[in-house]
Amino acid sequence: MTEPLCLQNLSVSRDGKAILDGIDLRLGESERLAIVGANGAGKTTLLRSIVGLEKPDAGDVILFGDVCKRERDYRAKRPRIGFLFQESDDQLFCPSVIEDVAFGPLNTGASEAEARLIAAQTLECLGIDHLAERFTHRLSGGEKRLVCLAGLLAMRPNVLLLDEPTNGVDAENGARLRAALLAFPGAIILVSHDDRFVAEIATRALILAEGRLKPAEIHDHVHSHRHPHIHAKPAP
Amino acid sequence: MTIPADLRLRIGLALALPALLTTVHGFAPAFTALVAMLLLHVGSRQPFPWKRLLHLEGFLLLLFVTLPFTMPGTPLLTLGPLTASIEGAWRAATLAAKVSASVLLLAHLFAATDPLHLGNALRALHVPEPLVRLFVTVTRQLGVVRAEFARLQDAMRARAFHPRSNRHTWRSYGNLMGMLLVRALERADRVEEAMRLRGYSGRFPRTALMAPTVADWAVTAALVGATLLLLLWDKA
Repeated sequence: MTEPLCLQNLSVSRDGKAILDGIDLRLGESERLAIVGANGAGKTTLLRSIVGLEKPDAGDVILFGDVCKRERDYRAKRPRIGFLFQESDDQLFCPSVIEDVAFGPLNTGASEAEARLIAAQTLECLGIDHLAERFTHRLSGGEKRLVCLAGLLAMRPNVLLLDEPTNGVDAENGARLRAALLAFPGAIILVSHDDRFVAEIATRALILAEGRLKPAEIHDHVHSHRHPHIHAKPAP
Repeated sequence: MTIPADLRLRIGLALALPALLTTVHGFAPAFTALVAMLLLHVGSRQPFPWKRLLHLEGFLLLLFVTLPFTMPGTPLLTLGPLTASIEGAWRAATLAAKVSASVLLLAHLFAATDPLHLGNALRALHVPEPLVRLFVTVTRQLGVVRAEFARLQDAMRARAFHPRSNRHTWRSYGNLMGMLLVRALERADRVEEAMRLRGYSGRFPRTALMAPTVADWAVTAALVGATLLLLLWDKA
């Protein structure tokens, strides 16, 4: 199989200001790449350009071996790329969880019954099948995140693009998220400020600064330091 | 300077001039008003409001198609049992000129105006507080809702949604609209709570406006005077 993603000399600007300035990137079939950088460095713009939501000024986006130029080219590839938005609320628009997760399969031609079945299976895989009939806008932050991810996984993508996946996620839902990502067989691009999460998930890291990508090292070392945590008080 | 800087005077003009223009009957005065407004636009440095006019001209086209056939008079052309009259065509042209002139005037008066400033001016003109508040908050929130709409639509595209003429598309758009509405209502509650926490008690603090300058009054008088002259010519 050809590599899922390749960017060649990609440049994107907004209001005359260069945001991405000659990005070159190749992503292996089951590589889990972390992209880190300061706020406003262009990480989200980079993810948006990969799926064609942002029009590049120059350079090529090559998805699964095909150069994508027009909306139509991207449209053919989007079912294979799951994009988790920074804000869950931007992604959930159906009244109930099960409908929202079934939305993707319906777009790719599944029948109503098939889509529901896929959605139910995906929710079960993530351990959140109890949420199926809940209203999406009444979920907690962590639950919304997992439902968004379920919506992407239901399309059986080859690549996941994750924009700050741990934002507003509690410990329990965070563990579910981590397990799901580690079990995902395809490639992942992870944009996150959560260094611990990056170290657990990613196999390679790049730093985005001044519109360019630079190699980075993930290292994990033992600290002997104070470490605050919060747990329930034992009964007196 | 072709229009007053004071917003209260501008609002006054926006109400008075189109009201006066509606009483014009002759084609020549109406056309003169249109030319005057075009000249006003050419003289100012604002971009020409093509988009606004385009929406309007669609309606006017309907007028041109129907009005000549519904007014009795000298026949212009006959289509089966229907006869278009010359008088009707002139009436349609007069109406089109008056309406276009009025819209150009409104665009000229308010194109470069921030709605929030307009709220202050409306309050100074003793428009009821609830109406002003509705106007100001709607203009403020419209951008937020529009941005949310755009992000949700992006998310739908990223999940391979492509609008077609089928049940899935209609239902998806229905869900999108419903979700926007539910969120807007909830956001309105949150905004109100935040306002109350900051001491809002049903009234916006009033910013006192300076009295209009002599030059402002002069420009206003000139514009009203010119319109009155046009009316005199029309009645003569």
